[in-house]
Amino acid sequence: MFNIDLSTRMRVYLDNAATTRIAPEVAEAMLPFFIEKYGNASSIHSFGEQAKEALENAREHFAKYINAESDEIIFTSGGTESDNLAIRGTAQALKDKGNHIITSAFEHPAVLETCQALEKEGFEITYLPASRDGFVDTEKVKSALKDNTILVTIMHANNEIGTIQDIEKIGEICREKGILFHTDAVQSLGKSPIDVKKMHIDLASFSAHKIHGPKGMGILYVRKKVKIKKLFYGGAQEMNLRPGTENVSGAVGFSKALGMITEEDIKRMTELQNYLIDELLKIPEACLNGSRKNRLCNNVNVSFSHIEGESILLGLDDKGVAVSTGSACTSQKLEPSHVLLALGVKPEDAHGSIRFSLSKYTTKEEIDYAINSVKTVVENLRKISPLGK
Amino acid sequence: MYSEKVIDHFKNPHNVGKIDDADGTGVVGNRACGDVMKLYIKIEDNKIVDIKFETMGCAAAIATSSIITDLAKGKTIEEALKITKDNIVEELEGLPPVKVHCSLLAIDALHAAIKDYKDQQK
Repeated sequence: MFNIDLSTRMRVYLDNAATTRIAPEVAEAMLPFFIEKYGNASSIHSFGEQAKEALENAREHFAKYINAESDEIIFTSGGTESDNLAIRGTAQALKDKGNHIITSAFEHPAVLETCQALEKEGFEITYLPASRDGFVDTEKVKSALKDNTILVTIMHANNEIGTIQDIEKIGEICREKGILFHTDAVQSLGKSPIDVKKMHIDLASFSAHKIHGPKGMGILYVRKKVKIKKLFYGGAQEMNLRPGTENVSGAVGFSKALGMITEEDIKRMTELQNYLIDELLKIPEACLNGSRKNRLCNNVNVSFSHIEGESILLGLDDKGVAVSTGSACTSQKLEPSHVLLALGVKPEDAHGSIRFSLSKYTTKEEIDYAINSVKTVVENLRKISPLGK
Repeated sequence: MYSEKVIDHFKNPHNVGKIDDADGTGVVGNRACGDVMKLYIKIEDNKIVDIKFETMGCAAAIATSSIITDLAKGKTIEEALKITKDNIVEELEGLPPVKVHCSLLAIDALHAAIKDYKDQQK
């Protein structure tokens, strides 16, 4: 049923919210730090100095990019570690002051599961609901604040549906009350502006591999006056917050990746995104998950009724089109997406959801091929399905 | 994640469709769980002479539906009722642990179709 003519088969990667291809410029910038400038950045000899200089330049570049200071940038192993360090680090540092944390029901598992773990350890967690179109109501953040609240953690852009939250408003609310505000900005980096001062952000998580940088490289921004407790022990690296030999090539790659997505790229992705949404919604009983406005330029999430997401994914994979059901982190689970359920999408529709995520390298030709493939796969699966007839 | 056999049955499922004058029909699963299987059987002389399925579900659900129609076709009712989850998993050259429940669903669907047939005979 999915047999296709291999001569016309393309390979189309539309899973850039899971990870992106490293930009050739990024790989090139990283290479010298594997074979020539391989010193340990903590060593005081010339090899170490050379590595240290590159590390600090990367730090400074990133700090400027988000309007922070260099010593507020902590290099980590990725978004997940940054989220863990931000939330657990704050909880441990402030546990004598209070034990209440506010988050949302549709956070990335790195945030959600850290909060759930803290809950088991005696912290009180409020999981704010999301609206049907994918936003956290800032008024609800305000009314959830209590005397014992120590942290609010709300993501900048949702990883499954791409909706961009009003974190500036949330930051303002928290700052007014003197409560720390953390945001997971892994998906938004490079696509939606972030200014930690203007947005009153105390802690923010970032990842390099979502913006054509290397995997295994993350950043936690920690505002100067904010005290957090480190998770690992072993050395005084990274402002004494994250011990371990510094990943110099990774930091250099992250810094280089910052310039990879241009205004022009964002404009082009937005056009392709709109085209893809319009075409997919022409398929009967297909609906867009999450608002069309205030959405990342590269995210399209559509539910197809009467069929199941994994079989759509594998049908598309057979045609060479790579997409995802929910997030890659939850794809081994049987439950439908917690994000869509948080929005109030019915479980049966949540099961049939597919996330398409574009990159600066995505072409119109690839989108056309993907649209045709989706039409065929959805039609074939609906023929097998006992529902909707 | 899946064996080649599962992918093969998923891509080219056997005995897809419905039987309009079926002697027994079984529907199991529910939409909220993401799996619904519908099996149709045609019985002659106590034998399953035709069997077809319609399934909404993951690749494993479609593949297990396909394989159970292969296994049951031509068998007597008594023989068909002896098909086990292990038979299905073995025929498919393995299933990921989280997907083994799909094979149980296929057996439930077959049993439901046979029960429906027997109820109509009463």
